[in-house]
Order: sequence, then structure tokens, then C-alpha cells
Amino acid sequence: MLRIVLALWLFALPAIAAETVVADMNQKNVSITATFDGSHILIYGAVKRDAPAPEESKIDVVIEVSGPPEPVTVRRKERKFGIWVNAASVEVEHAPTFYAIAATGPLDEILTDADDARLKISVDHLIELAEQGDSALDGDTFADAVIRIRQDKDLYTATPGTVVVTDDTLFKTQIDLPSNLTEGDYLTRIFLLRNKTVLDVFETQISVRKVGLERWIYNLAHQKPLIYGLLSLAIAIFAGWAASTIFRLLRLN
Amino acid sequence: MQIYLPIAEVSVNAFLLFGLGGLVGILSGMFGVGGGFLMTPLLFFIGIPPAVAVATEANQIVASSFSGVLAHFKRKTVDFKMGLVLLIGGLIGAAVGVQVFAMLRAMGQVDLLVKLCYVVFLGIIGSMMFMESLRAIRRSRNPQSRAPVRRQHSWVHGLPFKMKFRTSGLYISAIPPLLVGASVGVLAAIMGVGGGFIMVPAMIYLLGMPTKVVIGTSLFQIIFVTAFTTLMHATTNYTVDMALAVLLLLGGVVGAQIGTRIGVKMKAEQLRILLAILVLAVCIKLALDLLIEPSELFSLGAGGH
Repeated sequence: MLRIVLALWLFALPAIAAETVVADMNQKNVSITATFDGSHILIYGAVKRDAPAPEESKIDVVIEVSGPPEPVTVRRKERKFGIWVNAASVEVEHAPTFYAIAATGPLDEILTDADDARLKISVDHLIELAEQGDSALDGDTFADAVIRIRQDKDLYTATPGTVVVTDDTLFKTQIDLPSNLTEGDYLTRIFLLRNKTVLDVFETQISVRKVGLERWIYNLAHQKPLIYGLLSLAIAIFAGWAASTIFRLLRLN
Repeated sequence: MQIYLPIAEVSVNAFLLFGLGGLVGILSGMFGVGGGFLMTPLLFFIGIPPAVAVATEANQIVASSFSGVLAHFKRKTVDFKMGLVLLIGGLIGAAVGVQVFAMLRAMGQVDLLVKLCYVVFLGIIGSMMFMESLRAIRRSRNPQSRAPVRRQHSWVHGLPFKMKFRTSGLYISAIPPLLVGASVGVLAAIMGVGGGFIMVPAMIYLLGMPTKVVIGTSLFQIIFVTAFTTLMHATTNYTVDMALAVLLLLGGVVGAQIGTRIGVKMKAEQLRILLAILVLAVCIKLALDLLIEPSELFSLGAGGH
């Protein structure tokens, strides 16, 4: 839907700014292995144009990576009987599990608020509250809490000024992925702008998957939990027995 | 070396886990305790979700009690009949505990429940041990005053459904051991502990069992109750992390061997007071977390309607 609107809107633009963007990245598949400790994605690209670039303005690039949206329950603690307990809660219909935005400069200097809202670029446009049963609660403070908590865990990052543009044509940036990633397809969008006007959008995906042993353990635990439980017990008992036997043998020698 | 735990879905340092396992192992070897009641809160402190910490610790206890129970089988210091009655109670308790756990998890209150249980139990046990060891130290300085001899008496012997427990030399009602077993089962499910620290005193003072069969029989009950708890958590809450359990276990086994040797060389009263201080410290840390206004009032949980 968004894409169709965007296409129509781009089509409606006067043909003066015939600049389009092509981009790629150094890896499109991120594998979560047993020793996974985060990763870096290098995103790079170029501006394609029919005519020479306008002299009077410079090109701007906004790069956004957002993880699979998931529902979240946000709870607020209150003091009850002297201790802090979870009290009020708000359901968030979906919030991205990961969100990173990089740009050539501060967002408010290169993007209009209207475009930001329409194209759902900033993270606050990606967090949707569920139908509120309890209207006494201020949903926005709960949505803000999602952003704040995920920023603290490096899951939401904003790094304006980290997209480097060379000769008004080539650009590159690096997006850091932390170790506590959620599996799924990470939508990557690259916006090309000039004078606060969106000229083109390039979309691609990064696939984040648990692989190997991690994949196997996770699947088994969720699909055959009884077998997984029995196997956990067997492995633990064996490991405990083996370790103490080895230790005893070492002591005898 | 960072390692990504597949179920907890966090990345932690493998040596930290191995070290924690070793540390708790040393303590359990020194003091002859299971160590679950120390390990689970330590896992909270390093950022393992409480639900995963509790379920995984149950798994680890099965393994670390296994060799102990084998040794007691060989020495014939297990009262199987009593163990079975305690076990039946334990299974019922654990089943109830896991359901309560799952219910509160859906309500977002499981962390509170687990932490409150820890504060209460660690507080009681820690202060009792502290007082007891102070008294013991005073006694050892002043050998004239002796500990009063305890007599078993009481209402326990007046209850119906009497059974004969040959190994323990007892003829008592089945109700008290069932209740003791059940409360230990609930604790195993909610706190991820074996429950030996409750069961052993209850067996000696409440049931009046001879000391030589108490440890073996309690281990026998613990191993089956925690195994059952592990399976229940694995099938209801999907919170048993195999990789975490194995790492903790390897550290734990090595630590326990070292701890046993240290324990032999130290004076019992000093050991007990050290353990009491440690237990109280963990209790205070958990209590402060609940009492002091947290810097972040909001928390995120899995959504779902």
C-alpha cells in the first residue's frame, strides 16, 4: 500500500529531478550462531542521474533498518504496600524489534515532518498502540517507554551525520546490529532527498536467522517440548556425571 | 568468549557462567547445600530472564544431585517408602507451582513472585543460620552450657493414615510428609531450588527421621521433583535453556570438588556464619530492588491478546 502511494506520488513529481538511488550491502544474511556477538552491516550505494547534478543544493540520504514488528505489553510500576510492582499496562499493537536510522545530517534539517509521517520513517511512527480499553492512561508515555528501553539496549539507534556522501554521488554507512537480535526480515529503506524533497526510495531486506545448533535447540524446544525437556535432563545428567568422573580420575593420578 | 543462549535469547560471557557455576559449586561443596537458592538470584543479576533462570536451575539441580543420590543408594541411606510419599506430595506441589507460574507470567507478575519468594525465604533462612551460628560460636567458647536436647513429640503423631517407614524406624501418619513434599514441590517450581534447605530440617524436627537417612532421602525426592519441574516448565513455559544449564553445571561440578576440600579444613561455625552473611546479602540486594524506586518504571513483555 505504502509503496503504491509512493510510486504514484513519485510519478506525479515533475521530471526535473531525475535522480534515482541504487544500493547494496556487504551482507544480506545475518546468522545467529552460538558465539554471535552482534554484527555490522555496511550499506553503500550511488545516485543515478540523467543530467548533471544541480549545483546549488546537495544530496541527502536517509537509511533506515527496522526489524520485524511485534506486539508488546508495556507495564508501568507503581508503589503498592511499599514495594514497586507492575500495575498499569498498555498493549502496543506492534513495535519494531530493532530500529536504526542513519542520515547525512539531523533529520529535521533534511526531511519534512509531513514526509516523515507519511512514509513512516521515524521510529515513533512505527509504534502503533492497540485499541485502548482504558482511556485514562496516556498511551504516548507508554510508547515513549518502548523507545527509551530499546534505546538503552542498543536496539533502537539514531545516528544522524553518519552517512558519508562522496562527490554528491556515492554514499555509505555502517549499521551496528547488537547481539540481542530477534529473528526475522529486517526491512531496509534508503531515501534519497534534495531540498527536503524525497526523490527516490530503495527497499531491500536483511534476513536475520538463528542457524546450526541454535536453530535446532530453539525449534526443538518450541515444537517438541517434551522431547526437548527429556533431552535437557539427559544431557545435564550426563555432563554432571562425566565432569565429576573426570575430576575424580584426575585426582587419583 | 560471548555465547548466545538459544532460549534466554541473550548473549553472555561463557567464562562468567562457568565462573558463577564454579563459585556456587564451591559454596555448595563447602556447606553441603544444593546452591539453587544462590544460583537463581545470581542469574537474575547477570540479566537472565527470571522465568528462564528458574526453569534452567531446576534442570541443573537434577544433574548436580545425581551423583550424590547414587552414593546414597550404595550406602543404603535412602528411605524409599518415605521418599515416595514425599515425592507424591512434591509432584502435586510442582504441578500446582508451574501452573501458578504460567498464570502470573501471563499477568506480568512472575518476576515479582519469584523475587518476593526469594526475599522471604532467604531472609528467614539467613537470619536463622546467622543466629544459630552465633550461638554455636558462643557455645564453643563456653563449653559448660550445652545445647538443649530436642524431644520429638507433638501433633504429628496424632494424625490418621499411619504408615510404617521401616528404614527410618517410624510409624507416623502419611499426611505430614505429603505436605512437606508438596511445599517443597511448589518452591521448586516457583524458585528453581531443590528445597533441601526446607526439607532437611522438616524431616529431622517435624517427622523425626534419623539423621543418617535424611540427606539421601531428600536427594531422592529432589531429583525426581526437579526433573518433573523441568519437564513441566519445558512444556508449559518453554523456558529451559539447555546451553545455560550445561555451562553452569560444568563449573558447578569442578567447584563442588574444590569446595568439599576447603570445607574439611575450615571450622564449621565459621563456615556457617559466612554462608549466613552471603544469604543475607543476596536477600538484601533483592529486597532493595523491590523497595527503591526503580530508575525505569516501565518494562516490556511479550505482547499478545
